Amino acid sequence: MEAKTKDLWVLIETKEDGSAQNVGLELLNPGRMLADKQGGALVAVVIGNNVEESVKAASAHGADKVIVVEGEEYTQYTTDAYATALCTLVEKYGPTSMMIGATPHGRDLGPRVSCRLQTGLTADCTALDIDEESGNVAWTRPAFGGNLMATIICPDHRPQIGTVRPGVFKKSDPTEGKAEVIREDIHVAPDQIRTKLLESIKEAAGEMVDLEGAEIIVSGGRGVGGPEGFAPVKELADALGGVVGASRAAVDAGWIAHAHQVGQTGKTVGPKLYIACGISGAIQHVAGMSSSDYIVAINKDPDAPIFDIADYGLVGNLFEVLPLLTAEVKKLKG
Amino acid sequence: MNILVCVKQVPDTTEIKIDPVKNTLIREGVPSIVNPFDGYALEAAARIKDKDPDTKIVVLSMGPEQAKAALKECLAIAADSAYLVSDRAFGGSDTLATSYIISQSIRLVEEKEGVKFDAIFCGKQAIDGDTAQVGPEVAEWLGYPQVTYGLEAEATEGGLKVRAEAEDGVDVIGIQFPCVVTFTKPAWDPRYPTIKRKMAANRAQIPTLTAAEFPAIDTTRIGLKGSPTHVKKTFVPQKKSGGIKIKEETVEESVNKLIGLMSEAHVI
Repeated sequence: MEAKTKDLWVLIETKEDGSAQNVGLELLNPGRMLADKQGGALVAVVIGNNVEESVKAASAHGADKVIVVEGEEYTQYTTDAYATALCTLVEKYGPTSMMIGATPHGRDLGPRVSCRLQTGLTADCTALDIDEESGNVAWTRPAFGGNLMATIICPDHRPQIGTVRPGVFKKSDPTEGKAEVIREDIHVAPDQIRTKLLESIKEAAGEMVDLEGAEIIVSGGRGVGGPEGFAPVKELADALGGVVGASRAAVDAGWIAHAHQVGQTGKTVGPKLYIACGISGAIQHVAGMSSSDYIVAINKDPDAPIFDIADYGLVGNLFEVLPLLTAEVKKLKG
Repeated sequence: MNILVCVKQVPDTTEIKIDPVKNTLIREGVPSIVNPFDGYALEAAARIKDKDPDTKIVVLSMGPEQAKAALKECLAIAADSAYLVSDRAFGGSDTLATSYIISQSIRLVEEKEGVKFDAIFCGKQAIDGDTAQVGPEVAEWLGYPQVTYGLEAEATEGGLKVRAEAEDGVDVIGIQFPCVVTFTKPAWDPRYPTIKRKMAANRAQIPTLTAAEFPAIDTTRIGLKGSPTHVKKTFVPQKKSGGIKIKEETVEESVNKLIGLMSEAHVI
């Protein structure tokens, strides 16, 4: 289809309670830069039920306009209802570009929508810009397990769509927000929704971990040696007010739940401080944490590749280092 | 029940190294494997067949002739028959063009096998491209509902009950036939082939479906020309340079130095 405007859209993914997932709000930040370069408005699209909080948040984090679709059928995410609502909006307004968070739901929805609209989609982007020659969005993403980066453009089809990894961009500081709010009445009949959520098994509260939103993460890898080896890791995380992460090796060994995994097949994180304990630094792990502001590595192998990317690398046995470090942190925090 | 499993032969990305001089990927000598997520999809189909031996499992791959090795592996593990989709005209396809060709291939295989597939199983994503797009796009081309991030699937009356990974736990989702389900890593390892099946698979003749077999295919939708996205450039990610390495005489000294540096930088 042809674009009708130069606008850039950001889909604000909502939770069941109607509040916004972080990633949508994060994307408004690079979205502002792209929209300005494209010479269009930055438009947030909110689909859900009872989403006032999300609408306010989108406005506060920089959207010029917010398009809202509300209804009972959007309380829980379904591919059919969300794809229908989003495609209907795109066909009506004709944005030139659109970004969606690369969450499980975003990655379910993105290809469904791009295929229906017969346009291109670039998945899991970690850098965004405008290609100066052509004015297209230059979507940059890792491939081959993070060994290679590729910059993709979609020159002749609109909208150009990308999913963008959570945790890569930071939310802008909230302002008062004065976005124009447009409400669209789109409904999807129950028989048009061909999947049914029968049961939702939430992880126990103790198992929940917000890696993407964490400011400090202390992660353990193969070097922690077993499930009990995560105890000193957790003690340091607790002392710092952070959360516990893990490498794939530790998760695959069954020492800690997958929810803690950082890296290509886990979460992408961007905390202020990332402490890697007994993690060798395989590229698949690094791909998920290299945008951290400060990286500290603790490893007994002085040649571990993790030291190549660490701001501070301590060569030593983590079981000796961590208790001392935890004690010092506690002293500092008084 | 009839299940078609889509598989891709991929380079083992954990074995890929970077040429330090040319700063490019070294692909030579990197083993080709069945995309692990596709292996989980095949295992999910095999588990359905364990309970209902009348289940038919067909595997389909698009790629070069060598990809038949991956299909043979699938035959050895659990599949009843296999097809390779291969033609120069299909080369250079992005995910939209690829999913179009695969959806057309599924219809062709249905004709050849004389069955209608109740479910199309795919891996969540391939470990080389990592896009996770082809599964949902095939579903859209076919007009089928989809569940992504599946862990296991159980046959129900006229459909499937799928346990799928969710942001904060596991969702159990009901879906009606015909449908597409993509799979991620479950808590178990896929089965290994028996020697007997392996020998039979080695002898199997796998048909190749070339462009000539698709008289009705829309040639404007395939290959490089039919692909809306183009790779503008590729590059090896810049390595962040290593910072300060600390290794003092004693652990206490090392820790004190680290604390000092972190305090100075206002990290803590």
